[in-house]
Amino acid sequence: MQGSFEYFLDQLINGTTLGAVYGLIAIGYTLVYGIIGMINFAHGEIFMIGAFISIICFLILGAAGITWIPLALLIVLIMTMLFTAIYGWTLERVAYRPLRGTPRLAALITAIGMSIFLQNYVQLLQSARNKPMQPVFSGGIELMQSNDYIVSLSYLQMFIMSLTLVLMIVFSLVIARTSLGRAQRACEQDRGMASLLGINVDRTISLTFVMGAMLASVAGLIFLLNYGVIDFFIGFLAGVKAFTAAVLGGIGSLPGAMLGGLLIGLIEAFWSGYFTVEYKDVAAFGILVLVLIFRPTGLLGKPDIEKV
Amino acid sequence: MLSAAGIHTFYGNIEALRGVDIDVKQGEIVTLIGANGAGKSTLLMTICGSPRARQGQILFDGVDITSAPTYEIIRMGIAQSPEGRRIFPRMTVLENLQLGSTPIGDDHFDEDVERVFKLFPILKERQEQRGGTLSGGEQQMLAIGRSLMSRPRLLLLDEPSLGLAPLIVKQIFEVIKTINEQEGVTVFLVEQNAYHALRLAHRGYVMANGRILMSGTGQELLANEEIRAAYLEGGH
Ligand SMILES: Nc1ncnc2c1ncn2[C@@H]1O[C@H](COP(=O)(O)OP(=O)(O)OP(=O)(O)O)[C@@H](O)[C@H]1O
Ligand SMILES: [Mg+2]
Repeated sequence: MQGSFEYFLDQLINGTTLGAVYGLIAIGYTLVYGIIGMINFAHGEIFMIGAFISIICFLILGAAGITWIPLALLIVLIMTMLFTAIYGWTLERVAYRPLRGTPRLAALITAIGMSIFLQNYVQLLQSARNKPMQPVFSGGIELMQSNDYIVSLSYLQMFIMSLTLVLMIVFSLVIARTSLGRAQRACEQDRGMASLLGINVDRTISLTFVMGAMLASVAGLIFLLNYGVIDFFIGFLAGVKAFTAAVLGGIGSLPGAMLGGLLIGLIEAFWSGYFTVEYKDVAAFGILVLVLIFRPTGLLGKPDIEKV
Repeated sequence: MLSAAGIHTFYGNIEALRGVDIDVKQGEIVTLIGANGAGKSTLLMTICGSPRARQGQILFDGVDITSAPTYEIIRMGIAQSPEGRRIFPRMTVLENLQLGSTPIGDDHFDEDVERVFKLFPILKERQEQRGGTLSGGEQQMLAIGRSLMSRPRLLLLDEPSLGLAPLIVKQIFEVIKTINEQEGVTVFLVEQNAYHALRLAHRGYVMANGRILMSGTGQELLANEEIRAAYLEGGH
């Protein structure tokens, strides 16, 4: 069975779904690293908060009797992006901005501290128990069948893939085409010059955290829909994997984060499918080490063409 | 239009400006000359609030901008083409120009970009090229062009002729003259090329060791023996 094309296709679908989650989180790491040169270790927790806000929204909507799925999903999506964005904005405002210009180690330690703080905060508010949720989606389409093996693409997976694709396209366009995106890239390349051109650098950095948080919150929603259960600790492993994805793709590179996320998802799915579930995390990190040996800047890391 | 009084600026413990007073009036071209390390670039940057003056006061159109954030100072109508050009290397020529228009938005972008292309036709040919791959002279033109995109009332130029061929230097000085005369932009110009700068400027200041040594009209300073000895010897 493992040798069949159908089995392969199944892993491909699973890996892509997983990759969507990692890619969406990885974008937040890469954008923030690009603009202030800092690894926001609390970003995994932002993802976790996005998942919690999603489940709370679903519960409220359920209680209010809004059960038409497309509407409920849309409301949850907007709410979780909005509220998680506020967390991302606040995180930068209270924890990181006061440290700007101090040694990097200070910001790094603060980020780790914020990560622990946010975990405990959610644990206190929501308790340490698992939060399960009824499946929102059911059904799917059959892609292929041979002997007894059926490959299907569930509606949930279709939703996840298309939502991720749309978001990635929209955010790429924002960064490539809009004045906000231009300001972000300018701050990334020369913050001092950006302010000499009238760009409000602090505001641009805040908005970068907001964008990262929004995408992570969608990853949280997807995680919730896909696994049906969350707890206050899910941000840790997902955060580490997404960070790995960002480094694999080339930290600071937006397409790199998306590609890295997809690759980590696929590696994990194929490793679990063909070898053993136990070492799937080791596999992802192993590939990262290999890539970094041969390409220290990651797969799509930027070659510098600066000339002074 | 711009007046700085008693400015002291520090880098850590190093006092780069030790009580500087300057005045630039509406419509003037004023130049600032001085040896390497005198503090010229520091003064231009202090006017823009980065680094900030530790003592003294800077007024722009009568408004105290000494402690205003840099981006607000720029939005009030000051633009700077800084030392080292500081083109965004991974952005195209056009994007660099678009960033220049940040303070006034996109409304006049097409018109303004055409004006810059008219001043520096080479930039038009290179508009899709990345800033980092331009030649030094092209980068300098882009830096000046970018600073014009915000339609500034006061333009601060830090050594626009640095490292350029004589023909291009001449062209850049002509551009400065044009924007001053035809568009009424006030110019504060830092230059190593003292002869050209003093001939172009209405007035000039001479700086050494973080202080203003002398000031006068371009003609006066050109005729001054000390200045001839210190900054103009060796011909031009
Ligand atoms: N970022 C900095 N940190 C520490 N010292 C600095 C810094 N920038 C400038 N200085 C010092 O301040 C003094 C004035 O420098 P500034 O760049 O203003 O000189 P300048 O007149 O522009 O010289 P040049 O003609 O070489 O450009 C110099 O002694 C310089 O070493
Ligand atoms: Mg200088």
